[in-house]
Amino acid sequence: MNVKTINITVNGMPFFVHEGTTVLEAAKLVNVKIPTLCYHPDLPAWAACGICVVKVEGSPKMFRACSTPVEEGMSIITHDPEIVDVRRTVIELILSTHPNDCLQCLRNQNCELQRLAADFGIREMPFEYNINQIPVDDSTPSLILNPEKCVKCGRCVKVCQGMQNVWALEFLGRGESTRIAPAGDVLLAESPCIKCGQCSAHCPVGAIYEKDETQKVWKALQDPTKHCVVQIAPAVRVALGEAFGLEPGTLVTNKAYAALRRLGFKGIFDTNFGADLTIMEEGSEFVERFVHGKGELPLITSCCPAWVDYLEKYYHDLIPLFSTAKSPQAMVGALSKTYYADKSGIDCKNIFMVSIMPCTAKKYEIVRSESMYSSGCQDIDVSITTRELSRMIKSAGIDFLNLPDEDADAPLGIYTGAGTIFGATGGVMEAALRTAYFLVTGQELKNVDLTDVRGIEGIKEARIRMAGKEVRVAVAHQMGNIEKVLDLVREAKVKGKELPWHFIEVMACRGGCIGGGGQPYGATDEIRKKRLAGIYKDDTLSKIRCSHQNPAIKQLYAEFLGKPLSHKSHELLHTKYTPRPLYTR
Amino acid sequence: MAFKSYVLVCGGTACQSSKSEEIYKNFIAELEAAGIKDEVQVVKTGCFGLCEKGPIAKVLPDESFYVKLTPSDTKEIVSEHLVKGRPVKKLLYQGEETKKLAKIEEIGFYQKQFRIVLRNCGVINPEDINEYIARDGYAALEKVLFQMTPEQVIEQLKISGLRGRGGAGFPTWLKWNFTKEVNDFPKYIVCNADEGDPGAYMDRSTLEGDPHSILEAMTIAGKTIGSNKGYIYIRAEYPLAIHRLEVAIQQARELGLLGKDILGSGFDFDIEIRLGAGAFVCGEETALLTSIEGERGMPKPRPPFPAVKGLWQKPTVINNVETWASIPVIILKGGAWFANIGTEKSKGTKVFALTGKIKNSGLVEVPMGTTLREIIYDIGGGIINDKKFKAVQTGGPSGGVITADYLDTPIDYENLQKLGSIMGSGGMIVMDEDDCMVDIAKFYLGFTVDESCGKCAPCRVGGRQLLDYLEKISKGKGTREDIAKMKQIGNAMKRASLCGLGQTAPNPVLSTITYFEKEYLAHIDDKICPAGKCKALITYSILPEKCIGCGLCARRCPVNCITGEKRQPHVIDQSACIKCGECYSVCKFGAVARK
Repeated sequence: MNVKTINITVNGMPFFVHEGTTVLEAAKLVNVKIPTLCYHPDLPAWAACGICVVKVEGSPKMFRACSTPVEEGMSIITHDPEIVDVRRTVIELILSTHPNDCLQCLRNQNCELQRLAADFGIREMPFEYNINQIPVDDSTPSLILNPEKCVKCGRCVKVCQGMQNVWALEFLGRGESTRIAPAGDVLLAESPCIKCGQCSAHCPVGAIYEKDETQKVWKALQDPTKHCVVQIAPAVRVALGEAFGLEPGTLVTNKAYAALRRLGFKGIFDTNFGADLTIMEEGSEFVERFVHGKGELPLITSCCPAWVDYLEKYYHDLIPLFSTAKSPQAMVGALSKTYYADKSGIDCKNIFMVSIMPCTAKKYEIVRSESMYSSGCQDIDVSITTRELSRMIKSAGIDFLNLPDEDADAPLGIYTGAGTIFGATGGVMEAALRTAYFLVTGQELKNVDLTDVRGIEGIKEARIRMAGKEVRVAVAHQMGNIEKVLDLVREAKVKGKELPWHFIEVMACRGGCIGGGGQPYGATDEIRKKRLAGIYKDDTLSKIRCSHQNPAIKQLYAEFLGKPLSHKSHELLHTKYTPRPLYTR
Repeated sequence: MAFKSYVLVCGGTACQSSKSEEIYKNFIAELEAAGIKDEVQVVKTGCFGLCEKGPIAKVLPDESFYVKLTPSDTKEIVSEHLVKGRPVKKLLYQGEETKKLAKIEEIGFYQKQFRIVLRNCGVINPEDINEYIARDGYAALEKVLFQMTPEQVIEQLKISGLRGRGGAGFPTWLKWNFTKEVNDFPKYIVCNADEGDPGAYMDRSTLEGDPHSILEAMTIAGKTIGSNKGYIYIRAEYPLAIHRLEVAIQQARELGLLGKDILGSGFDFDIEIRLGAGAFVCGEETALLTSIEGERGMPKPRPPFPAVKGLWQKPTVINNVETWASIPVIILKGGAWFANIGTEKSKGTKVFALTGKIKNSGLVEVPMGTTLREIIYDIGGGIINDKKFKAVQTGGPSGGVITADYLDTPIDYENLQKLGSIMGSGGMIVMDEDDCMVDIAKFYLGFTVDESCGKCAPCRVGGRQLLDYLEKISKGKGTREDIAKMKQIGNAMKRASLCGLGQTAPNPVLSTITYFEKEYLAHIDDKICPAGKCKALITYSILPEKCIGCGLCARRCPVNCITGEKRQPHVIDQSACIKCGECYSVCKFGAVARK
C-alpha cells in the first residue's frame, strides 16, 4: 500500500503519521487523549460538541481535533490555559442544559459527560440551568428516549441513519429547541425503529437507554408461587465481565451461572442450547429448500429480532426467504414451559422465564406475535440485557469475580461450540454449515473452522461443496450493510438470474450479538474483536462443536419433538412473519 | 433612440410594496390616453437604491428624478412633463441642500457612490436580456469562451484582488484555483443568494435588478474551473428575485447563452434554482450545500473545504451574489482597473444596505476605503431629526457596533475586524442616542438564538445563556459578575463554535460591552437605562407644573391608565402602565417625564 506520510508536531514533539489521520488520532499516538464528547470511533466525526478544540500554530482559529485532518508541517497545540478554559466553558454550557440528577441516572458512573465534568474539576455550576422539558418516549418494549438528558451529540442519529440505515431517529426543531425524535415527531413505536438499541449503546449520557425491567425480575424471584428459570445468550458470557473490570472477551460463563443461581433462579439454562436446536431446525429447513426444492432460496436467518423487524418493515417481498425457525431465545422459552415443565412437573403458569440478552430488541421479540405464546403461556416473561444483569448482580452484593465456577442445569443448559458462536457475526452460518454438511452428506466436516465467515468485515462470502453441489453463502452484520446483499438477491429474482447466494446470515449489530445494543457500554471495533475472540475460544474449548452431536438435543428429539420440522417442532419452534408499515401513524 | 423619452419605474421589492406596479401600469395607460405611447417607453427597472424615497421613477433623457410617487401622480407627469415638457417640480426629489434638485447626479445620495455591482440596477429592464446585452452583457462571457484561457481568467481575478463579499473576504481567485486544480468531476458552481441578515437586501436587489450578471459570472466560472452545472440557492421569501432569475435563465437559454454548446464554443453550462426555506444558517456555505442535497441544513466541519469536497462531495465554487456580480466587469475592464479602486488589501466596491436612524435609507455602493462618516452623512444624509449619532452596526448579527470615535475609519475587511466588527454581507444599521446598547445586543442575540441550527453546543447553549444575561441586565437584575461570564461565554463561542454563525454571534454583545461598558453598568449599578429603552427600568410620569390637562395623552394611552379632569394635571396609574411611551411622544408640552 502506498500511503503518504505527513510530518507534524504535537506539543513540540515531531513525528509522522499517515495521510488522512485526524488530529485526534495523531495526538493519541503520542499519548495525548484530547477530551471529546460527540466523537465516537464507530462514526464519522460530526463535530458538534466543540470540546476537542486545539490550536494550530500560525492560525488564529481553534480547530476540532476529531474532524481536522493533519497537514504537512502542522504544529498542533493540544492544551494551554486558553484551550482548557474554552473546553471547560463548553462543558459548563452543556451541563447548564442537562438535568443535574446524576445520582438517580442510569448512567451514573459510566456517563461520558459526568466523566468530563469530573476530569475538568467542575465543582459548581456558573450558569443558570436551562433545561428543555420534553416528555419521555417509552412507547417501545425495548428503549426509552429521554430527550431532557440529550446533549445533541448526534451519535444516535448517525448510528440509526448511517450504520444501521434504519432512519428512525432524526433531529427535530432548531437551535435550542433541537431534539432527537423519530421524523414527523411520532413515537418510537410508531416509527421504523427496529429496537436494535445501537442508539442506546452509543449514547454518551442517559438520554436513550434500555427499558429497565429488573424490578419485574426481583419481584418474581421473591414470589414463592413462581419457579424462576433463566437463560443466558452466547454473547453475554464474553462481555458481562467488563462490568466487573475484566478485559473484554473474558469468558465468564460459569461465574454467570453461579451468580444467577445466587440471585435465586431455580433453573439455569443456556440460550446456546436453543442455538443448537435452531441449527437443527434451520439446518433441516435449508436442506429441504436446497436439496429437495421445497421452499424458496436463498434461505435467510431469522435469529436476530431487530433484523426480523427490519425485513418485515423494509423488504415485504423477501419475507418468504426467511427461515421460519424461531430464535434460540424463543426456543428455550417455549421448551422451558413445555418440555421442562413436563419433566419437572410444574405448571407453565408458575414458571417464570427470564432471558439475559446482549440485546434490546429481544424485549420486543418476546411479545412480537402470537407464536411467542406457543406454550400456552407467555414463553418468556422478561428479557433483560447484559447491562441490567450486571446491575442486579451488583445490587445483590454478589462478589462476581470471586464466585466459584458452576455449571448450568441439564438438559436446557447443555450446549456445543456451534451454539456458542451464534453470538458472533458469521457464527450462525458456520454452525449451520457444520450441521447442514452432515445432514446433506451423512458425513462430518473434517475441519469445522470455517474462517471465511468470521471477522469484522461488513459483508463476508464463502463457498462450500456438499455432495457435489456448491453452496454459496453470505454473511452481513450491522444493518446498514444488508441493503447491498438484498438488492442483489432481489435483482436476481426479478431478472430470473442465477442466485448470488443460497444461504444468508444477517445480524443487525456490528460484530453480531457481541456488539449488541444491550451490552456493556463503550464497544468499539477493538473491543468487539476481543469479544469475538472470546466467543471462538469458547467454541474451541468445547468438546463437541456441532449442534447435531449435542446429546441433550438428541434426547430432546427422542423424548419430545420427534424429529426436526416435525408437527410439534412447528408448533413450538417456528413462527410466521407479517409485512409491517414503516410508520403506523 | 427610438423613443423620444423613457420613464424608468423602479420595480424593486420596496417600491413595489408601495404600489410601483400600479404606477407603471398607470403610466402606460396615461401615455396611451395622451396619444404618445409610441414616443415614450415605460421601463420597469430594478432598485434605484434610494428606497427611503420610493416609489421612484426617472424620466430620460432629462434625468428628472421623481420620488414618493402615488399612482395618481402619473396623470400629471404625463400631461405636464411628457406632453408639454414641463417637469412636475413638486414631485421631483428635493435635497435638503438646495431644496430643488432635479437631476440624479446632483443628488448627494449618489455623488459618492461608485456602481459596479449595481451598475444595471435602476437602469435596465431586468426581464429583457437585450437590455443587459446592450450594456455589454455577456461580452465578458464571450471573451472568456473565445479569447482567454482558464489560467488567464484566474490571473485577472488575482490581479483584481476581489475577495468574497459574503462576509469573510476570502480571495476569490484562490477559491476558483483550488477548485480548478482538483482532478475530480463533476464540479459545481453555486451562487449563495441566501441573504438573511436583518435589514440587509443587497443581494435581493442585485438579483431583482440585474439577474443576468449572476448567470454570466457563473457561466464564466464554469468554463474556468471545468464545471457544467450551477445552482442558485435562494430563499423562497424572495419571490420577485426568483421570478426574475427564472425569466433570465429562460431567456439566456433561448439565446444560447446557457445550455449546450454556448455560443458555439462547445462548452455546456446550465443553472438550476434551489429554494431555501429561510433558515439563516443556510447562508453558511456547508449548510447551504447540505440543504441543496436535500438534507437538513446544518454546517459541516471544514476542512474539507467545498473547493475540494463540496456539493455531493465534489469540488464546488461557492460565491455570494455580490461577488458574482463583480466578475463580468473585472473580466471586461481587467483586474488592474478593479484593483485601482479601494484600499491596499480590499479592492473594488462594496454594497451596503443603509438602514436604521438614517435619513436616506437605501442601497449604496461605495469604493472600499470610503469612511463611515461619508456613508452616513454624505450619502445617508445624516441622522433622522438630526439627533446625535451613537453607533453603527456593520455585518448584521455577526458584526459589532462602531462608535463615533471611529467614523473616519476607511472601510475595509481588516479595519472593521480590528474594531471588533466585520464586513459581513453589507448590512449597516445606524443608531442614535435613543438606542440602548443592551437592547441592541439583545435584539441581535435574539436573532442568532432563533436562527442557530442547534448542532454545536457553544452556539446552541452559549447563545441562550448570553441572551438570558442580557435580559437580566435589561431588567435591572444584572450583576457585574454577569459581564465577566458573558465575556467567558462569548470567547468560548468564538473559539469553539462550528460555523461562522456561532463564531460571530457574540460579536454584538462583546463589542457593545467594549464600547459602551458604562451603559451596561448604568443598567447594573444604577438600575437605569440611559436611552430609555429598557421598559423595566423606566417610569413615565406627568409633571403637574407642565401639564395643561389637554387630555391628548389620556386619549392615546392604549391601556387607559391616564386619568385627570379637563384642564387639570393628569396622572398615570403606574400599576397599569405598559411603558409604551405613547404619552411621552404625543405630549406637546414636555409634561411627560421618562426616568
